[in-house]
Parts: sequence; C-alpha cells; structure tokens
Amino acid sequence: MNSSTNNRSGVSLQVHGLRKSFDDEEVLRGIDFEVQPGEIFVIMGPSGSGKSVLLKHLIGLEMPDEGEILINGESIQSPEIAAKYRMAMVFQSGALLNSLTVGENVGLYLSEHRLKPPEEIARIVAEKLEAVGLKDTVDKMPNELSGGMKKRVAIARALVIEPQLILYDEPTSELDPISAAVISEEILKLKERIHVTSLIVSHDRDLAFGIADRIAVIGEGRIITIGPPDEVKRFNDPAVQNFLHADFQRESK
Amino acid sequence: MFENVGEILLLFWRTVLALPLAWRQRQKVFDQFFEIGNASLLMVCVLSFFIGAVIALQTGPVLVERGLASAVGGIVGISLAKELAPVMMAILIAGRIGSAMAAEIGSMRVYQEIDALRTMNINPIHYLVLPRLLAIAIALPMLVVFSILVGWLGGALVAEANSHIAIPFQAFFANLRDIVGLEDVANGVFKSFCFAIIIGVVSCHQGLVTIGGPRGIGRSVTKAVVNSIILIVIFDYLLTRILLK
Repeated sequence: MNSSTNNRSGVSLQVHGLRKSFDDEEVLRGIDFEVQPGEIFVIMGPSGSGKSVLLKHLIGLEMPDEGEILINGESIQSPEIAAKYRMAMVFQSGALLNSLTVGENVGLYLSEHRLKPPEEIARIVAEKLEAVGLKDTVDKMPNELSGGMKKRVAIARALVIEPQLILYDEPTSELDPISAAVISEEILKLKERIHVTSLIVSHDRDLAFGIADRIAVIGEGRIITIGPPDEVKRFNDPAVQNFLHADFQRESK
Repeated sequence: MFENVGEILLLFWRTVLALPLAWRQRQKVFDQFFEIGNASLLMVCVLSFFIGAVIALQTGPVLVERGLASAVGGIVGISLAKELAPVMMAILIAGRIGSAMAAEIGSMRVYQEIDALRTMNINPIHYLVLPRLLAIAIALPMLVVFSILVGWLGGALVAEANSHIAIPFQAFFANLRDIVGLEDVANGVFKSFCFAIIIGVVSCHQGLVTIGGPRGIGRSVTKAVVNSIILIVIFDYLLTRILLK
C-alpha cells in the first residue's frame, strides 16, 4: 500500500463486526478487536478458524460482507484512505516472485513505482537484507533459499515499504525451532527499531507467548478471548485451554 | 468457456486502458518477445516448410494432370498467406506460449505471488498481462510472415523436385506473384494479430482465475489451450467472412 505520509510510527487498527461467508459457509461471524500503535498483537486459533481470511480482509485482498476496518479511525474501504497508510504483509510461504532474484524481490516496490533511482534502490535493498541477516543473498534466486531465509527475505521486502502496519501470516510455520526463534527476534527488533504495529496470525504458542503484547484466540469465526498473554493463559474456557495445552503423549505399555 | 466471456472481455478492456504504461514495461515486453521467438522459431520453420510442401504435393499432380500447372504456385501461395499460416501458427503458439502463460500466472496465483503484488500496490494486469499481450501481439504476426515465406519455399521446392509436378522454381514464384497480392499477406497478418489477442487474453485470464494446487494449474493450462483453439477457429470464420471481397 502506497503512501505520501512521512509518519514513521505505527498505526492503530480497529475491526468492528466483521462478517464473511463463502457460498453458504460463514467463515467470520462478527469479529471485533483493536490494536494499539506499535503493539504486537497475535491472533491464535486452530486451522480453519478463519485467521487467514481475517488477515486477507485487513490487507484488502478480500471485502467483508458486513463490518468495517479502521486505521487510525479511518475506514480502509475507501481506496484513498487505504493508500494513505503504509501496510505490508509477510505471507506464510514468503510469496517471493520466483522469476526474480532476492534483490529484485526486495526492491520490487521501489522499482515498480519508480520511487528511487536504481543505485538508491540497490543501497536500500542491501540495507534491508542486512537488517534480516541475509546480505549475501542479493543475487540468489528464491529457490536457492531455505524456508526460513525466504521468510526473512519477505520481511526485508515488507521493510522496504517502511510500513506502519505489518501483517504476518504464520511466520514460523514449517520452520525448525532455531529459524522460528530468529524470525520471532526479527519481529521484536522491528517493533523496537521502527515502532511498527505488528499483527501476527499464528498457531505457534511459543511465538505468541514469547513476543505478543496481547493475544486474541479465535474459534469458529469468533473471537473467544483477548488479553495479555498471562490473562489468556488463565482464561477459563475449554476450547481455549484445549488449544493452548494440546499435547501428544505416547501411552506407556 | 462461454460463462467467462464477460470476464475475458473485461480483462482485455483493462489491458487496453493500461496501454499508456507500455513504455514503462518495455523490458518485460522485450523479455516475453524474446521468449516467444526463441521458443517457437524452429518449430514454425519446420511446420511451415512441410505445410507448404504437402499442399504442393496434394494439389500439384491433380492440377498438372488437368493442364493447370500454372495455378499451383498461386494456390499454394494464397492458401498459406490467407489461411494456413495464420491458423496453424496461432494453434502452435496457443499450445506452446499460451500454455506457458497460463501455467506461469496460474502458479503465481496459487503460490500467492499475485496477492503479494497487490499488497505492494502493483496491479497484476500492468505487471503480468500487459507485457505478455503486447509481446504476443507483435510476435505472432511476425512469425506468420516468416511462416508464409518458409511455406512458399517448401511448396516451390517440392513442386520442382516431384516428378508428377515438375514446375521450375522460377515458374512457381512467377505464378505466385500473379495471384497473391500484398493485401492477401496483410489479410493473414491481420488475422494473426486478432488470434494473438485471443491467445494472450484467454491464457492470462485462465492463469489469473486458477484455484487449487498443481492440479488446478494443470486444469488452467488445458483450458487455456483448448479455449484459445476453439475461439481461433470461430474467429477465423468470422474474420474470413468480414475480409472477403
């Protein structure tokens, strides 16, 4: 999302009464929550609970049947308002363009919108890749990278936009514990460095309880509870407790 | 196919509206143009040579037997220029390039690359469809001109070499020049331009509406090629009727 504003701090996000159905299936059944500027807000829930659909609404890839999404109190359904704020999304798969090099992927927003001359774009790309610890990958193709590296490149690509709001879709899924920890650290560092608002959709309990300022648990298209991690941990609801404490235990013979 | 006609027309119209941005996308147009030429030139050459050769072989002995040897060059020339080169090359390009377009865009759709473009405020029509449509609209007519020339050469060589026809090379082309005019070649080139638009829009549309995983991409590729060929044949009749003097 483009912007002309020079405001580098995070934005607030409000979601009111969001509903969405696909054919006869109601995926979102009235979602309400607010995210404060600079906050790390994690939405957790089991697979199929509507997390990714919610995220697509927030970035404008889906339109709601009912309800509204406000950024700093302004509805993003108006294209002018959506263009006023800088938003970026880190997709679950990274969604890097496979036909472009890592450097071209990271600089794509600047080059396509002709916002900077090529030398300046190269400098910014190198700077953002260095910020995610991948400065030597600029000429590599995405298929030469591991899953964790792809996600870090996707974060670098999001950083080029200088976002006020970053949406992450399952940032640690399919990653080994070390890569997952690196990604979690990157998200925290970004908050400290540029005070960006981060909204993360994940079912990774370690990530959520490790870095979130607040957590929302979603189930069957509704928010079950919202609060700081300790409060959510203690929330007395069987669905939430099952989700937070689900574990596999091998029966002893 | 026909339930998507509205969407296909809308995509075409939006691409036409994006034409002022063509210069900005010139590098991508050139890359696609190179890809089309590089992937197709040899096949076009072989196919055209043998189409010309087989028309000469089929019509030559019959016409010579009836004392119409002087018509062989004209028949081979006009059938290639007005009908066979545009239609056969369009079908070849639909299979070779249309399928690649649908597969590439379909895979980008399935693996969320197109969603990623949208989140960066990059219009997929400007970034993906416009360069492909422009490249194929320039490349296919050029390939058809090349195909016509190679086809004529194939026909002339067979007409001279085959003992049942035995028309000298120069006589074949002299007759061809008498019958085939520049407007006949222009007629075929115009048809091929229309077919190129059909292949480009149908294949890009099919890629953009791909759903599912690898099976969905496969389905899109098949639909892109089949729908393009059906529309090429239908439009071939309509254009021939319109261009008939």
